Amino acid sequence: MAVALDNPSNFMTTRLRQAINWGRKYSLWPLPFGTACCAIEFMSTVSSYNDISRFGAEAVCFSPRQSDLLLVAGTISYKQVPILKTIYAQMCEPKWVISMGACASTGGFYNNYSTLQGIDKIIPVDYYVAGCPPTPENLLSALVSLQDRVQNEGLIPSEERHQQIIR
Amino acid sequence: MSQKLVDSLKSEFGDKIVIINNACGDESVSVPGDSLPAVLKYLKESESCEQLTDIIGVDYPEKTERFEVNYLLRSIANKSRINVKVAVEEGMDIPTVSDIYKSANWAEREVFDLYGVKFRNHPDLRRILCHHEFEGHALRKDYPIEQGQFLSAPEKLIDDIEYHGGAFRADEVKGEENPFDLLNVNIGPSHPATHGALRIEVQLDGETIVKAKSEIGYLHRCFEKEAEDHTWSLVMPYTDRLNYVSAMLNNCIYASSVEKLLGVEVPQRAQVIRVIVSELSRIIDHLVCICANLVDIGALTNYWYFYNIREGIYYDIIEPLCGSRLTTNYARIGGLSHDLFDGFEDAVEKHLQKMEVAIKEVTGLIARNRIFLDRTVDVGVLTTNEALSHGFTGPCLRATGLDYDVRKHAPYSGYEDYKFDIPIGENGDTRDRIMVRMEEMYQSASIIRQGIKKLTPGPITLDNPSISLPPKESVYGSIEGVMNQFKLISEGIKVPAGEAYGYGEGANGELGFYCVSDGTGQPHRLKVRPPCFPIFSAFDEIIEGLMIADAIAILGSINIIAGELDR
Ligand code: SF4
Repeated sequence: MAVALDNPSNFMTTRLRQAINWGRKYSLWPLPFGTACCAIEFMSTVSSYNDISRFGAEAVCFSPRQSDLLLVAGTISYKQVPILKTIYAQMCEPKWVISMGACASTGGFYNNYSTLQGIDKIIPVDYYVAGCPPTPENLLSALVSLQDRVQNEGLIPSEERHQQIIR
Repeated sequence: MSQKLVDSLKSEFGDKIVIINNACGDESVSVPGDSLPAVLKYLKESESCEQLTDIIGVDYPEKTERFEVNYLLRSIANKSRINVKVAVEEGMDIPTVSDIYKSANWAEREVFDLYGVKFRNHPDLRRILCHHEFEGHALRKDYPIEQGQFLSAPEKLIDDIEYHGGAFRADEVKGEENPFDLLNVNIGPSHPATHGALRIEVQLDGETIVKAKSEIGYLHRCFEKEAEDHTWSLVMPYTDRLNYVSAMLNNCIYASSVEKLLGVEVPQRAQVIRVIVSELSRIIDHLVCICANLVDIGALTNYWYFYNIREGIYYDIIEPLCGSRLTTNYARIGGLSHDLFDGFEDAVEKHLQKMEVAIKEVTGLIARNRIFLDRTVDVGVLTTNEALSHGFTGPCLRATGLDYDVRKHAPYSGYEDYKFDIPIGENGDTRDRIMVRMEEMYQSASIIRQGIKKLTPGPITLDNPSISLPPKESVYGSIEGVMNQFKLISEGIKVPAGEAYGYGEGANGELGFYCVSDGTGQPHRLKVRPPCFPIFSAFDEIIEGLMIADAIAILGSINIIAGELDR
């Protein structure tokens, strides 16, 4: 925050944590890990009808090094597991994860030999979005809830939640 | 027509051929494994069966010759089909036919992966859908459906000697003529341009692709195993998620395949509605395919033009019709889940007009655009014969100049009563594939308008208590209704024992369901013939020798939908 002492009407005070988190929450860069049908609804969320940029998250970025919101949209098969783990590990802190749709959250109605029964078995998840597929409105509401959480987090992300990959 | 094929086979091969009578109008013959290549070669060369549609394994654990492998062949010229069956004992192998039909390569790999049937002399017999550390064969009846297996690391696609840990380490390459210029690049499975979970590993000399290898199976969701675990009617929601961009088409074609096995025909109104919603789905699929393809080659504006039309159709037509935007679950075996809403016709007409404006705008932007033409004309060319051998159908085959369309060749749902043209391309390049799709949208719009004129009041489901659910008044008002509903839901529709291959024109080509029933309420085997699968199997061959950027443009134009590719 710039402080102009000679002009008392021209400064404000805040806490560093709040200022930084305010910036973080309105500039989430999502990495869409889209594998299936849910990814199509993610496309709808980004396109002009629903327009995710109203919430500051339009910089869809496929490079894990540059993004801070992992949006897992779609069924994760066991074949995808090592890839999802790598991508999560490649993302820099602070990072958040939204699990979009029934499949990513629990395996959905695919309870079988090839489908991972929920990504929380391998990486930590911040928000689960219900639906098969969730509507774009649902996804946006999850994004807004996540922004609240980001605002209230500490400056340095808590170790135990983000450091370990569960399996 | 197909009878002729059987007779000709009989006279050529005599006793080796055993004719199997099939009630559903599909001619089948059974041959011993060792004469299979000879029979297929004969069918291809003398009877002009240009295409091997699919290879289907079936497991009968109680038989000594436990596995049955079905080869579905088609002659487009003679409009006929034949099914050649081979029985295999566990542990025995059968000769490969991948040297006769290129589409057999991946299809055989799939049968090997899921059943463990080995194919002698196959060039590359590896797993295809399950990962390489998977143990057992998933579609065998004794493999438990819920037994998942974790994978530790992805497979290397290009051999060790050529492989150097992803990229940037060309100095480790040995045994190549000019090793220092080659670079391995891995594309996918999480990559913006693959539009889904696929992986391609390419070896580059500068920007030219020297060698390519693709891997699929990242979205294998075991549709077929799930189907064996559910009743015939409960499979319907799973079909939504095959080609999730055009779910209605999958619904309708699945329903009509099972109806073929049941030997019933749905009422007129249901047929017309099915045609209308199928064509709407086709329009949506083509819109998404073209706009995503154009984004890949840098034409972002078109994405907004087309995607908005699709959103409009979803919000104003599909969602009011079936309560969901993407996963529709609309058709039922024996009819439809419910009737059209009031004002359907006007909503459709409004959106068709918008769509036509959008197509005009986009065509105006690209048709003579130098960048677009440079990127697409004469890029990714495939001749008709190669395309046929690879098992291409749909817009990608029509782009090569052959007018094969299931809606005309083997009409179903009353398509014979509609007037429409089959747009074809000239060279089979990327531009043709895009333009064929553009034109097809106009044709679909015309079919929809004709369909709306044909709509007459009437029932939308069969009046047959062993197939359709009773009306709600009867369920709540009478004991027979309750019992009927209860039995149909808990035991499923009793489909008579037998086999049938039902197929229709999906958005990407021929979508087929090979249904095997053992007379219970659940399928014994339900094999999808996804149009993408054979198309993607040709991808490596198409892109070798081209620039890496072209590979991306081609991948968009063949419209690979992972849900359907991996099932
Ligand atoms: S939750 Fe439903 S829509 Fe989403 S990926 Fe799974 S099956 Fe598809």
